[in-house]
Amino acid sequence: MAVTINWMIPRLMPGDPIRTLIGRAALRAEAADKVAEYFARIYGLDQPAWRQYLSFWTSLFRGDLGTSIYLSPKPVTQVIRDSIPFDLGLLIPAIVCSWIVGNKFGAFAARRKRLDGIALPIWYVFTATPYMWLAILLAYVFGVVLKIFPIAGAYSFAISPSFSVGFILNYLRHWFLPFLSLFIVQLGGWAIGMRNMIIYELEADYSRYMEALGAPRKLIRKYAFRNAMLPQITGLALQLGVIVAGAVGTQVVFSYPGIGYLLLQAVMNNDYFLIQGCFLFIVIGVLIANFVIDVIYVIVDPRVRHGMGGETA
Amino acid sequence: MKKNEFLFFALKNTRMRIGLGIVLFFLAVMIVGPFLTDYDPNEYTGPAFARPSGDHWLGTTFFGQDVFTQVVYGLRATFIVGAVGGGLATLIGLFVGFIAGYRGGIVDEVLNMLTNIVTVIPTLALLIIIAAYLPYRGVVAQSVIIGCIAWPWTARAVRAQTFSLKSREFVDLARMSGMSSMKIITQEIAPNMLSYLFMALILQFGGAILAAATLDFIGLGPSEGISLGLMMQNAVLWSAIPLGMWWWALPPGMIIAAIVSALYFMNTGLDEVFNPKLREM
Amino acid sequence: MAVSVKSLKVYYQTLRGQVQAVDNVSFDIKEHEILGMAGESGCGKSTFSNSLVLLKPPMKHVGGQVELDGETLPLSDFKKMNRFRYTKVSIIPQYAMNALNPTRKIGRMIAELLESRGMSIARVSKELDRRLKLVNLDRSVMKMYPFELSGGMRQRTVMVIATLLNPSLLLADEITSALDVSTQKAVAKMLVQFRDNNLVKSVVFVTHDISILYQIADSILIMYAGKIVEIASTESITREPRHPYTRLLISSLPDVGVKYTDRRLAGIKGRPPSLLNPLPGCRFKERCPVRFDKCDEEPPLEKISEQHQVACWREVKVDG
Repeated sequence: MAVTINWMIPRLMPGDPIRTLIGRAALRAEAADKVAEYFARIYGLDQPAWRQYLSFWTSLFRGDLGTSIYLSPKPVTQVIRDSIPFDLGLLIPAIVCSWIVGNKFGAFAARRKRLDGIALPIWYVFTATPYMWLAILLAYVFGVVLKIFPIAGAYSFAISPSFSVGFILNYLRHWFLPFLSLFIVQLGGWAIGMRNMIIYELEADYSRYMEALGAPRKLIRKYAFRNAMLPQITGLALQLGVIVAGAVGTQVVFSYPGIGYLLLQAVMNNDYFLIQGCFLFIVIGVLIANFVIDVIYVIVDPRVRHGMGGETA
Repeated sequence: MKKNEFLFFALKNTRMRIGLGIVLFFLAVMIVGPFLTDYDPNEYTGPAFARPSGDHWLGTTFFGQDVFTQVVYGLRATFIVGAVGGGLATLIGLFVGFIAGYRGGIVDEVLNMLTNIVTVIPTLALLIIIAAYLPYRGVVAQSVIIGCIAWPWTARAVRAQTFSLKSREFVDLARMSGMSSMKIITQEIAPNMLSYLFMALILQFGGAILAAATLDFIGLGPSEGISLGLMMQNAVLWSAIPLGMWWWALPPGMIIAAIVSALYFMNTGLDEVFNPKLREM
Repeated sequence: MAVSVKSLKVYYQTLRGQVQAVDNVSFDIKEHEILGMAGESGCGKSTFSNSLVLLKPPMKHVGGQVELDGETLPLSDFKKMNRFRYTKVSIIPQYAMNALNPTRKIGRMIAELLESRGMSIARVSKELDRRLKLVNLDRSVMKMYPFELSGGMRQRTVMVIATLLNPSLLLADEITSALDVSTQKAVAKMLVQFRDNNLVKSVVFVTHDISILYQIADSILIMYAGKIVEIASTESITREPRHPYTRLLISSLPDVGVKYTDRRLAGIKGRPPSLLNPLPGCRFKERCPVRFDKCDEEPPLEKISEQHQVACWREVKVDG
């Protein structure tokens, strides 16, 4: 069903992609019409809507997402494929690292009142910061003032991708600031969540009882941590869905060629197929992530496992 | 706790005070600002690229527009989005969540499905279509859209609260003594949810501001007028960063961060008041 | 004496001042004695048991001491108390049904608990099995998660865990309150068995329900508003309750076979006084049917016979 919505959405947009494309070629009026017809035929846009829908599904199964109009004649799949590594390379480490570090810090602060008093407001400020503003700030401070990091692109224009050390270093230099901006903002969120969960668990009856039985702090904390993690795992799944929006902002600031950036270009140029393709990718990505997290959750939380098998009296 | 006690504690709470203070400060800037400046936000008033000075408190943009004026007028958009968008989201969430929780059964199932669908719809997707469809988009329109998308988490939370309240003894008592449903709702259940609603509203307010800022930034915002997000977009578009125009690129985002953080502080403060367990002794 | 409580004062530090929850309480418990501690909610009995194992803010040890097997318990020193926790003093808490980590298998949790305290599970394994049998639980319980057991089963599991190391003093805090009457009897009997089999030495059975105490307690201690009002052997207190409060408590219990129309149930009117800044004098005076002017002075706990102490001016022998 999500896929259907996905298909429908770009179609619903006003604006004619063919015209836009042709507009760029600056042809005379009648010639323009002829060319428009031609292109329309190629892209199947002259077919009635239901035909287009069917052909969409068939090509999908063949793995063909159509050809990008904007970047034509490159096929959409290729365009997306080219950006995936940059996109995932940026998003996944940012999400995962902020999750891990955030959880650790949150758990830490939950134990020490003094640290908590200072850290908590800081984390709130982190989550309240719009992604792109932090990107701007970092770009300004580190890129322009201190001139340590570059502020555009995934790698220098002069170099082409390869597995050489030189390229990798260059890539990392370009990668660092966008990564940092995503990392910091999310860090705040995770830390706050974890801190609250840990406090909740530490005040629970079972923690109290462990203490009454003389269990060392370490053991109690270990239990609290494990139990507090569970909702954080769910949060991770949700975050994967939401992050695309934030990433767009960051990608724009740094002109980083990720899916978000691509999507934006596609929209600006009314490129149906590219939009479809991007969305499809995003939606599928989110669904997969959610699925994986659901599986992990079942493995990790015995209550869920049991709830599925039915409870004993 | 009586209403007055709440208010008393709420205003005494440090966190709340700081948060509220910051928000009120910016509100004041928004109100008083226009009187402090003679310029129009988009007017080309002075030298371009000018640093902050006596004439232009926050300097000028690439085109010579006064940044301070832009900020002052941009704050309007911010507060409107927060209030309308956040308010709307809270209302819808309250409505959906409450009905689902109170009625249960099929109504609950249906509303749940609705909530899930709205959650799954890629926000960006929806916004892009809508942006494309409406050639003229006002701030209010943007707020309404945000409001219509952001309500699911509130609905879920309200539903959970309603469930737990519904099965508590005092409600059963009221029902047994023959109180009409409407009365039960307004007199017994509502007061208990009020505190929660208020906090949800604050969070939605902040969330709406952030969402609007991001939208404005990527170009899906209001088609005219000025907002803090738009300022940032322009700044980036016109190379403010490489040109070192920090007075243009940084203040808008900083203000948003400040306001939203302040809102979050208020929220934590209120949490301490309403849930005494967290109050430090 | 196995346990000797001397002038114990444990208060709660709150925003409005100190709540004098346990106020100058003194009594002794013999070895192998089951002492029942009874009283209404808020009288201080739960505070007492918690103060022995988990004294943390807002609870404050204001004065007095508790001696166990000759040693003074370092109640205020959280770290030093750890030596005693679980090994010498153990507790079956009021919240026993929720006292187990929901995401850990029970056997594993016990093993980790013991190991963290420097003991090996292997040594107590056999003993563990034996005790599980004592409470009618199967060994397979060890491989289950807490949510797989019923409330009663969880309670019994906690009983076994709490007594595993043969503590000198076991505090049983309202362990029957959440159970139905027949289970209550079974659990109470199990407790007695533990004592009879020498698995625990002394027991303090905290409850608001005196009828249970008749069945299993050797002595009964009645608390009211943070003070002891009467303490006596079960036999003595049942035969001859002396303190007005005790008398009212007992009379408010329905006798079997007595119909309501024959004799009305007499509840006790009124409420306990606030312990924030308690008024001087006997704490029960506001509700006492036999109050007189001397009651404005606090009555001391006096021995009126070998096994019976009361704190009431009416019962104390007047000098001269």
